[in-house]
Amino acid sequence: MRATLAQASLIRHRARTMLAVLGVAVATAMLLDMVMLATGMRESFRELLLSQGFDIRLAPKGTLPFDTDATIPGVRAIMSVLRTSPDIREISAVLGGSIHIQVGARGISAAVLGVDPAVQGDYEFVSGRDITVPDAIVANDYLLAKLGARFGDTLSVAAGYDPQTRTYSGQRKLVLTGAVRFIYGASEQPAAAVRRETLEALGGGARRDRASLFMVRIRKGVNPDSVRNWILAQIPTVSVISVATAIAEVDQRLSYFRQLAFILGSVSLFVGFLLVTTLVTVSVNERAGEIAVMRAIGVSRTHVVQQIVIEGVAISLVGAVIGLGLGLLTARYLNSILSAFPGLPMAIDFFLFQPRAAWSALGLLAASGILAGIYPAWRAASLPIAESLRREAIA
Amino acid sequence: MTVGAGSIVSLREVRRDYALGAERVHALQGVSLEVERGDYVAIVGPSGCGKSTLLNLIGVIDQPTSGTVSIAGRQVDAMSDREATSFRLHNIGFVFQRFYLMPILSASENVALPMAEARVPRDERNARAAELLAYVGLSSRERHRPSELSGGEQQRVAIARALANHPALLLADEPTGELDARTGTEIISLFHRLNSDGTTIVVVTHDEDLANAARHKVHMRDGRIVDA
Repeated sequence: MRATLAQASLIRHRARTMLAVLGVAVATAMLLDMVMLATGMRESFRELLLSQGFDIRLAPKGTLPFDTDATIPGVRAIMSVLRTSPDIREISAVLGGSIHIQVGARGISAAVLGVDPAVQGDYEFVSGRDITVPDAIVANDYLLAKLGARFGDTLSVAAGYDPQTRTYSGQRKLVLTGAVRFIYGASEQPAAAVRRETLEALGGGARRDRASLFMVRIRKGVNPDSVRNWILAQIPTVSVISVATAIAEVDQRLSYFRQLAFILGSVSLFVGFLLVTTLVTVSVNERAGEIAVMRAIGVSRTHVVQQIVIEGVAISLVGAVIGLGLGLLTARYLNSILSAFPGLPMAIDFFLFQPRAAWSALGLLAASGILAGIYPAWRAASLPIAESLRREAIA
Repeated sequence: MTVGAGSIVSLREVRRDYALGAERVHALQGVSLEVERGDYVAIVGPSGCGKSTLLNLIGVIDQPTSGTVSIAGRQVDAMSDREATSFRLHNIGFVFQRFYLMPILSASENVALPMAEARVPRDERNARAAELLAYVGLSSRERHRPSELSGGEQQRVAIARALANHPALLLADEPTGELDARTGTEIISLFHRLNSDGTTIVVVTHDEDLANAARHKVHMRDGRIVDA
């Protein structure tokens, strides 16, 4: 009966209830988006790091992978040291750089990775053939479209441009063999991959036996941190980054995002709370006579409180459910805008939907609905019956 | 305090003062009243004489500043809110000038509301609501909402609601105040029938016809009973 009466009081002022529900929905959408933003990038980054099964990364000292153009010397020596550990399963040395491809009169620049195709974790193969021979090159769709080339075409590739002499350190004819999708690549970034020794050769002496990054897969059940500590002890000249340390680093860099999300999320929750409190308080004030009559005919204070709280919770929950949908739509739209930001990996999501985030938002809204109902419910339960009836009669 | 077996309402030297801004209003100034079980009493007097205040005290929705109030054999003037609420639910039926039916509930659901509060099983309260609506002549209007009923019909539903939990006492505050003369007469007849069937009624009214229909009239002036 209490739920029916609560529903009745909400239906009585349909337009007002709808507006309040809409307001709560907007606040919920904002809250959900902020929760998604606060945790999404971190989770997305973690998923990205773990997606290819590499647990540890070695970067030039003091940097994150591909943060700078710096490289690590002594690839062969490092590989030899790493292979002595029984806990390490696979090592992928990656050399990054840029290439220039001449197509007729046009010159096209692209990012390039030099990898060992047998152990690489930088791209997913899409079509054609992989870089099984030293004169093979694979490219992403964006570069392929710019080149207008087909598999089997020979490309004139140059690397190591020196702006002083306006010359390249190396030039080579490479055969386009396949299309790939770079996992860590930015959107709309032309990119290609060749074998590491090919890129070393193109780079001249300065690039020989160097890598921008090592990615390490460890054996199942082994603690990545113990392997990380072992590598640090063996090769102190590099930064050794486990997934946990990478996330900690990202966390630190994203702390502004999280603070912003926390503040905006709190504001949305508070706005939703105020909205529901205001609506239910106005409704209680309007129904003072009716509530006094209910109390007069024997309805207990507890039941009056329950009815009013149900009204607050109902508005909050209906608004929250609508807000979840609205929040997801908004997040998708904002994500598409932010993901197109230059230089960001395509696989990174700013707003990552996690059921836990949705439940958190719903839980917070339900709790705020209960809290929002408490003040007007207390007012309703405290109405002096005789005085309210007298005022109602005078009115 | 137990009162005489025949008295259902007993007030002794009851005073009720209100604070009105800086002033103190003496709404009731030493009122004593006995109402016998099965009686039908009309409290009359000019506006502001304390009629409604007296009815509120009898209805246990207000407490006196001093004096004692006993209803149906129980002293009610110092009950806690919880006790008073339960007492009203099971012993007192209220009828108000403005009906105060729940707009979203049907006539039958409105009548069943106090029974639901008293935890009467659903089947039992539906049957009782149907019986009461038949008693007030609204069998055919059980499923109608208040907005689909005339003023007189709404007041009859309110009377049925007041009788839901078999109250020892029916209190009515200006029950014909919002009704036209013809509909008012119907309500007066219904009150007469209720009293004939054994219900004790105390009514506050300005309506002479309603007051004349009562067995006894209590005249009030300036917070005192001047003629009973």
